[in-house]
Amino acid sequence: MTTTEPLTRATPARAALEARIRDRARFVRLETVRLSRIAGAGHYTSTFSCAELLATLYYSQLRIRPGEPQWPGRDRFVLSKGHAAIGLYPVLADLGYFDPALLDDYTRLGSPFGDHPDMRKVPGIDFSSGSLGHGLSIGLGMALAARVQERDYRTYVLLGDGELCEGQVWEAAMAAAHYAVGGLVAVVDRNQLCIDGFTDDVMAVEPIEERFAAFGWQTRRVDGHDVGALLDVLGSLPPAGRGRPQLVVADTVKGKGVARMELSTAWHVGNLAGDDYDDVVAELESGVR
Amino acid sequence: MNSTQDQAEIFRGTAEGQTTLRDDRSTDRISAAAIPAFVFGEELADLADDDPRIVVLTADLAGANRSSDFAARHPARFFNLGIAEKNMITTAAGLAASGQIAYAATFASFCALLGAEQIRTDCAYPGVPVRIVGSHAGMSMGFYGSSHHALEDLGMMRTIADLTVVCPADANALRAVLRLSLSHPGAMYIRLGRGRDPQVYDTVPDLELGRATRVREGDDVAVLATGTEVHPALEAADLLARKGISVRVVDVHTISPIDVAEVLAAAELGQVITVEEHNVTGGLGSAVAEVLADRGVGVPLLRHGVPDTYVLIGPPGALYAHYRLDAPGIAGVVEQALASRSSR
Repeated sequence: MTTTEPLTRATPARAALEARIRDRARFVRLETVRLSRIAGAGHYTSTFSCAELLATLYYSQLRIRPGEPQWPGRDRFVLSKGHAAIGLYPVLADLGYFDPALLDDYTRLGSPFGDHPDMRKVPGIDFSSGSLGHGLSIGLGMALAARVQERDYRTYVLLGDGELCEGQVWEAAMAAAHYAVGGLVAVVDRNQLCIDGFTDDVMAVEPIEERFAAFGWQTRRVDGHDVGALLDVLGSLPPAGRGRPQLVVADTVKGKGVARMELSTAWHVGNLAGDDYDDVVAELESGVR
Repeated sequence: MNSTQDQAEIFRGTAEGQTTLRDDRSTDRISAAAIPAFVFGEELADLADDDPRIVVLTADLAGANRSSDFAARHPARFFNLGIAEKNMITTAAGLAASGQIAYAATFASFCALLGAEQIRTDCAYPGVPVRIVGSHAGMSMGFYGSSHHALEDLGMMRTIADLTVVCPADANALRAVLRLSLSHPGAMYIRLGRGRDPQVYDTVPDLELGRATRVREGDDVAVLATGTEVHPALEAADLLARKGISVRVVDVHTISPIDVAEVLAAAELGQVITVEEHNVTGGLGSAVAEVLADRGVGVPLLRHGVPDTYVLIGPPGALYAHYRLDAPGIAGVVEQALASRSSR
């Protein structure tokens, strides 16, 4: 899905790509609302914060073949913050990994789609997740496999900011630098909140860039809702191979796109009912501010 | 091999080369080829010559578990993750999800206990071919103490769905299990002693995972043993034979899934005795109890193992004797069980 020539902001093609990604980010949010209603509960806000990240990765950055989910040369994507799966499933369906109609039974008995993704049930899910702190280690293993097999794919891992409290993240960070896996790209959705409140209050995770840099990573920071900036940052990654592992800290807003949910501790898991549902859909359809 | 070389070999198979780890179960005459931890890296290196899928990981114990032998021959497929076992296990899962068969080896206490959630969530649940190799299991670390013992690992591991749990009894059984692991679906937990265990099988046995192996026929009573306890159980059977007691000994190398048919066959002798270097709760004895209870088989079951406690400090050999898990101890336990049965 990558373009062969870097698209600068100035070209019409670049503008069209950005518009497409923004539209798909809105699609992610709307689908999250729709699927949450089927389940009766959902991780709205954790998904809204990474909507542009998911859309930019899947509609521009990742080298994938939706018709061949197990293609050995594909870029890997590990959703370490597995609770945002509700936003990833619609993307995979939209790209053709499976019939979108399957999502109509989201979370119902026997559905392939749970709140956290199961790689054995959903085509396109590169690894099962849900227990926080594991994904970077998974990505490290995938990146090492690329080295063993002499492949040039990249492995992207999307982490939450609260997840950085898990010690295993730092075990993996240390090992990734030690083994110089330049094809490993960690993206942190810095949406500022964990369940019990702001990360700054519950457990300070900053300074994220300095901490990873001290572990030997190359770091970047970007507005995670600015599609143009995301394209620039992801487009500037060095080729996979030996080198420093890559960190992208994406500054985001938990609940982005729905005013009542933004930076609200009340909405980590919730359920929109009645008029609220229609109001939120209307708000999202009008576009993210 | 002169005695100096012999000692060096044995030290390399221990955690930190302490002479005081030596005990009366092992002898200087055990050849390197007969010592499980010693063959682990070498056997995998042999297999890897023909199989590019094999990768090996360890967590700063390459010398103790002899994954160093693999590293020497296949350095590009060996990864030492340092003292970070959770990361080692999950990294192995990432490799296994990308076309490799990943062997992640460290002390049993530091994988099965410390990394239990990673084994469940990242290996068994996704169904990827990770082989967790827990050496120095049970109380084989002796006076290193309970932090270094794994007397709970079988109980923990066998409750995990889609995880095959295997305890090879000796070096040849380990070779057999490693060869089978190349084509076995899903994740495995392979439990080893500390690599000083005497030989049960003269050659690499034709094992079938999930199906126990009778290693001695007998018709008075059946002893179902696993891992490091198979050899002393055989020795105990020898001791009892001199007293006219005929003991069947079964190597229950696969704890999960358990061999139901062989358990029921043992029950037909009227009494079942299980022997394991594990807490009596949760391991082989419990698995056998479940089989008997599920089918309403009303025969006495004696679960012999480590009582539900943290064991005393002491050298391994002294601990095996104290807890009656050496040959004389097992023989005594079997004799007592038979006596209580006949007095009923």
